[in-house]
Amino acid sequence: MQTDTAAQKEQTPVGMQSTDKVVEMSDVSISFGGIHAVDHASLDLHKGEVVALLGHNGAGKSTFIKILSGAYKSEGGTIRIRGEEALINNPRDAKAYGIETIYQTLALADNVDTAANLYLGRELRTAWGTLDDVAMEARAREVMGRLNPRFERFKEPVKALSGGQRQSVAIARAILFDAQILIMDEPTAALGPQETAQVGDLIKQLKQDGISIFLISHDIEDVFELADRVAVMKNGQMVGDAPTHLVSKDEVLGMIILGKCPPAATPGPGAIDL
Amino acid sequence: MPESASVGNAPDGARQSSESAVTRFFRATEIDTRMLGMLGALLLIWLTFHFFSDGRFLTPRNLWNLSVQTSSVAIMSTGMVLIIVTRHIDLSVGSILGFVAMIMGVTQTQLLPDLLGYSHPMTWVATLAVGIVLGALIGGLHGYIIAYLGVPAFIVTLGGLLVWRGAAWWVTSGQTVAPMNSTFRLMGGGPYGSIGSFWSWVVAGIGCLGLTLMILVGRRNRTRFNFPQRPVWAELTLIGVGCSAILGAVAVFNSYPWPKGIVRRWAAANNVEVPDGGIFIAHGIAIPVLMAICVGVVMTFIATRTRFGRYVFAMGGNPEAAELAGINTRWVTMKIFILMGILCAIAGAISTARLNASTNAQGTLDELLVIAAAVIGGTSLGGGVGTIVGAMIGAVVMQSLQSGMVLLGVDAPFQNVVVGVVLVFAVWLDSLYRRHQS
Repeated sequence: MQTDTAAQKEQTPVGMQSTDKVVEMSDVSISFGGIHAVDHASLDLHKGEVVALLGHNGAGKSTFIKILSGAYKSEGGTIRIRGEEALINNPRDAKAYGIETIYQTLALADNVDTAANLYLGRELRTAWGTLDDVAMEARAREVMGRLNPRFERFKEPVKALSGGQRQSVAIARAILFDAQILIMDEPTAALGPQETAQVGDLIKQLKQDGISIFLISHDIEDVFELADRVAVMKNGQMVGDAPTHLVSKDEVLGMIILGKCPPAATPGPGAIDL
Repeated sequence: MPESASVGNAPDGARQSSESAVTRFFRATEIDTRMLGMLGALLLIWLTFHFFSDGRFLTPRNLWNLSVQTSSVAIMSTGMVLIIVTRHIDLSVGSILGFVAMIMGVTQTQLLPDLLGYSHPMTWVATLAVGIVLGALIGGLHGYIIAYLGVPAFIVTLGGLLVWRGAAWWVTSGQTVAPMNSTFRLMGGGPYGSIGSFWSWVVAGIGCLGLTLMILVGRRNRTRFNFPQRPVWAELTLIGVGCSAILGAVAVFNSYPWPKGIVRRWAAANNVEVPDGGIFIAHGIAIPVLMAICVGVVMTFIATRTRFGRYVFAMGGNPEAAELAGINTRWVTMKIFILMGILCAIAGAISTARLNASTNAQGTLDELLVIAAAVIGGTSLGGGVGTIVGAMIGAVVMQSLQSGMVLLGVDAPFQNVVVGVVLVFAVWLDSLYRRHQS
């Protein structure tokens, strides 16, 4: 696999070759009590690519990416990470593959402070095996300082923080461990317009650093600004995916509402012929 | 990125200027106001009993007895904190104590004399080890059923309450086992089961030194990373108050002398001439109290300085988040119950040694005292909140109420009424305080 330079990436923003596929999810399925929440869905993600996952509430987007983050186990199909078949049975496995997730619920332990949340499950320890809270706070200050320079409330439990601050804690946790693959489930849902724009800047920055991102969002404007490719789910099935610059917003809405694939899109099993 | 993402985050300077001197003091010293309130309540209870008992409550003798009576429940309450913090409950601690105590009684009276010889000095160690292993196994069984088989802790430990009480009867068909080995009995306190004046001062010295070192090391670490510091006066206040409390407590224990009869017997046995005024031999810290203090220190260390402790609190705050962070929540849950079983065994050893017998009813209703101590001590039944120190002070509050009422000659049934009312009242006050805070 070749390392792309920023210039190369700009020349070939879409239609990348299969050689640089970071994630290949094929035919993954999951059902809850007989309902197919995700039904034989497949999707790829390339290095440095942002793929937006769209669809109605209950279309299966969050469940689909939770299979990749290890929260759910797929009932079939395969996941390949950097070309090799990956067994992801729990969140620990996913993290070992460099997959970090920002959950829609943020998944923060409200009663402990920022540093404890950033390092939850991966605490730094002193030579004596005890928690190295000072070192963790130092790193937390560094990372949070990049995301949110005026943030000073490191001693307080995160439940005392504002929605925007909590969101930056969740984002900081995802980027703290040099993630290669980032899953962002509605990362701007709790934010105002200005903060949303800043998360957008962050996504562009991460993309430039070569990080691959799955982005779940309701905001179609955001998606067209940030994503290289859009993928649409409906009733647990993949309607199809298309390079963002080859489809219009109306065509994407058609995919979401009707399941109708435009000519530029690669249709999936959920696509219907009208 | 986000410059303005820091919503509602006024610079610290602006916030401080609008605060009163009292608020500023508490912020600087990082003293928990809730804990302070509890200590205030305890003091109030003590003074009230002291007043109504014509000055018999706040005497070295009574306070020393209070400390010994509290130690067993205090030890178990430290484990209950972790259980309640993770949104579980343990109703079986009294029965586990009873069963383990019975086994420990049989071990030292019937098994060990054959194995080690009668009155072997290591009898107490071997007995305690048997108890701890057994406690860990029982706790592990409960924990396994709760964490891996998914049966609610309430049900598992309700079952345990019946099972282990019945099992305790089964061991000796209901017979009381007595008397205990002489070295084992030291764990129950009494004049010989106390460490005396000199060693009590040594313990106090170690305590003061440890406190000072902890604050200094914390300060050095924060300096190393250029973090905001507590002001020097606040650190000095903490050291001063902490050391005074330690030295004060030891001074009280050291002013409670051995009874005259025991001094005479001790003098006769050691060929010491007793002068006319008698000899003043101080009790000092009782061994069970020392054990409770050690348990408190170790449990505080586990809760605040280890990964395990961090996971316990994170699981209590948001179980789903803990799971998604990759924490093996089932194994952590099982370990918590193992720990609880071990603590029941230690508490059982103390109570057996104090009674000088293992009885069928031992530890009955202790689960309620232990839960009450943890809850009065600030452990939230909603999960995620609680401290070891708080629970131990809660145990002192419960015990103070009981022994105070005994001192006043309050009828036993009415004692229960008072304890019940105080428990509900304290938790109501606490919920008011928390609502006010948030």
